[in-house]
Amino acid sequence: MNFDYTDEQNAIRDSLSKWAQQQYDFDKRREALKSDDAWKSNWATFAELGLLMAPIAEEYGGLGGGPIDVSVVAEEFGKALVVEPYIPTVVIGGGALKYAGSAAQKEEHLNAIAGGERVIAFAQAEPKSRWALNDVSTTAKKDGAGYMLSGQKAVVLGAPQADHLLVTARTGGGQRDAKGISLFLVPKSAKGVTTRDYPTMDDTRASEVYFENVSVGAEALLGAADSALPVIERIVDEANAAYNQEAVGCMRMMTDLTREYAKTRQQFGKPIATFQVLQHRMVDMFMAAEESYSMALRATILLGESDEERAKAVSAAKVSIGKHSRFVGQAAVQIHGGMGVTDEMRVGHYFKRVTMLDATFGNVDHHLRRFTALSQKSAA
Amino acid sequence: MDLNFSSEEIAFRNEVRAFIEENYPKHLKGKVLREDLSKEDFLAWHKILGKKGWSAPAWPKEYGGTGWTATQRYIWLEENARGETIPPLPFGVSMVGPVIYTFGTPEQKQKYLPGILSGDVWWCQGYSEPGAGSDLASLKTRAVREGDYYIVNGQKTWTTLGQHADWGFFLCRTDPNAKQQEGISFLLIDMKSPGVSVRPIKLLDGGYEVNDVFLENVKVPVDQRIYEENKGWTCAKFLLAHERAGIAGVARSKRNVERLKSIAKAEIGDDGKPLIEDDEFQRKLSELEIDLSALEMTELRTLAREQAGKGPGPESSLLKIKGTEIQQRLTELTLEAVGNYAQPYPRGLGGNEFAVGPEYASAAAPVYFNWRKASIYGGSNEIQRNIIAKMVLGL
Repeated sequence: MNFDYTDEQNAIRDSLSKWAQQQYDFDKRREALKSDDAWKSNWATFAELGLLMAPIAEEYGGLGGGPIDVSVVAEEFGKALVVEPYIPTVVIGGGALKYAGSAAQKEEHLNAIAGGERVIAFAQAEPKSRWALNDVSTTAKKDGAGYMLSGQKAVVLGAPQADHLLVTARTGGGQRDAKGISLFLVPKSAKGVTTRDYPTMDDTRASEVYFENVSVGAEALLGAADSALPVIERIVDEANAAYNQEAVGCMRMMTDLTREYAKTRQQFGKPIATFQVLQHRMVDMFMAAEESYSMALRATILLGESDEERAKAVSAAKVSIGKHSRFVGQAAVQIHGGMGVTDEMRVGHYFKRVTMLDATFGNVDHHLRRFTALSQKSAA
Repeated sequence: MDLNFSSEEIAFRNEVRAFIEENYPKHLKGKVLREDLSKEDFLAWHKILGKKGWSAPAWPKEYGGTGWTATQRYIWLEENARGETIPPLPFGVSMVGPVIYTFGTPEQKQKYLPGILSGDVWWCQGYSEPGAGSDLASLKTRAVREGDYYIVNGQKTWTTLGQHADWGFFLCRTDPNAKQQEGISFLLIDMKSPGVSVRPIKLLDGGYEVNDVFLENVKVPVDQRIYEENKGWTCAKFLLAHERAGIAGVARSKRNVERLKSIAKAEIGDDGKPLIEDDEFQRKLSELEIDLSALEMTELRTLAREQAGKGPGPESSLLKIKGTEIQQRLTELTLEAVGNYAQPYPRGLGGNEFAVGPEYASAAAPVYFNWRKASIYGGSNEIQRNIIAKMVLGL
């Protein structure tokens, strides 16, 4: 057993943390949120720091790293409340190419991701699909050598910044069939693609994406037609593993910020940190963050196991972290009192971020159900 | 013992239900987000009730109350929740009004009560300060007597909807040398007085519901002090007890349970069936309903005690704690129910507002964030537990 990070991983953590303190502090971030373009210079920095190439194979311009490298980045991004679409591009987009892409597709897109020239958003959820990955109504009909896409995608995270969309579409079967789903990588500029952009609850950005008879060539299809669901499940598990680690970063910050606040805030002639009821609450927050870290790490380590082991580990972590992060967020706001519900204090933004993450690719109930189904399957 | 309404009470219920249906402004029905409301929206129902004589049901009849029994007042709240009305704001009717008719002079009652009843005067509260939250009695805003005036200096905060207020009631320190609670006076201040400035505070939901209020050499006539000098804490305690009594919000929560059920019927779960048929979701909904019944029955028992002439005591802290916990759980469950359409937040960055996803989904996240305030305001739930520990259990 070994739970140590490598020297390289520690170096990434340090340089990211330094960058966040200097270039991505709360005030600079707030300013940047007002602009449509500020993310671009941050993206260039991510490329310079090697974050975008971290998990990409060396032959495609990457560093050949793995999920642990990504988790280090994700935790630091959580601490800094980074809103740029790193996980959609690198973990989901990069993952889809890695598992389903042809050599030519990898050559074209992975190199571009590694170099910071490609931003990908995952156009997967639909207005009525909730978090069911198999629920796909968007269609891709055979059109000459290529396909014609039609449908609506909901809450596509990072779509406003993206130049390419990774689209799930039905090439066969009924709305909820496991078979018949295909993956396409489509330029956002393709004719017939329109978007409505908006901020989300945590100040990241998303879009409703509409495909109206969008013609794409055969080169847009990733992997074999009709059989993309296992790849989709895998990349979503990998994304959730990274988002979990991000939530851990948020929880650690909330725990720290709350402890510092409680030590300085005076009421009844003494710091509120001296009240036992608040001490115990803060101890519970600390324990929740520690257990969350354990579960996030466990899932990340198990990503390489069988589909079933991987899925169970990720869903278990998502359940644990969903519950813990809600508790930590609510307790952090409560101990900050009125200040906790103001936009001005950082703590509330972490609370919003973890609330956002819980609603991303399945909340607690969703993953509890998935875990239970997988357990029953293996017991049968 | 009997849980049923009498035939008179049922007749009363039918009467108020019909009145609400006929008179409540249609365009305001079911609005749930405060930042969507204008000053006129907030006051619309209040003014209609003022004309009818129903704006302050809990007041004694001689001051403009309705003379309704506690049961009738309970029915009234139920029917308003059912009609999804925007109730009169508490600051005038439920807070400063009772202080004025209980502690004020005849002249003060005559001057201030009519505007509260009619909704013509908007009141706000100046209690908390940056350094005085849970420890309210440590407040520092100073009122120094100069002839027939007080000169007031200091800063108040968390003043709800103070940006619209015409008048405010303020706790100010008039004797800095007395023991904390004994040197405070209760002053009414015209918000248009020179030296009063209001700064809205942006909250997590993106709205501006509360304010900082700065008081700089504000001249306040002595006849705007309620009760004796340095006895303001008596008024404050009286008012806090009243605030807590209404805070359980049972009727509104019952209405929100119905709303949540209709959302859960419309939402499709991950298994393709309506969310309302999902066991896990249904279990949480049922638990919530059961806890709400417990709260309602407890509130009814408190009401019965009140009707028997025993005013709200420290038990009302129980109603505050349990009531706000249920309100918050409702916002959580609503957030869960709307799934990933809780995420869009078009109001978040200002401008560019439009609905994304089903209409009921757009308010779920802002309401969830906003209602974290409920376990903090009106004396945090930790403070309420201290009150029960000390005053009820004698610990």
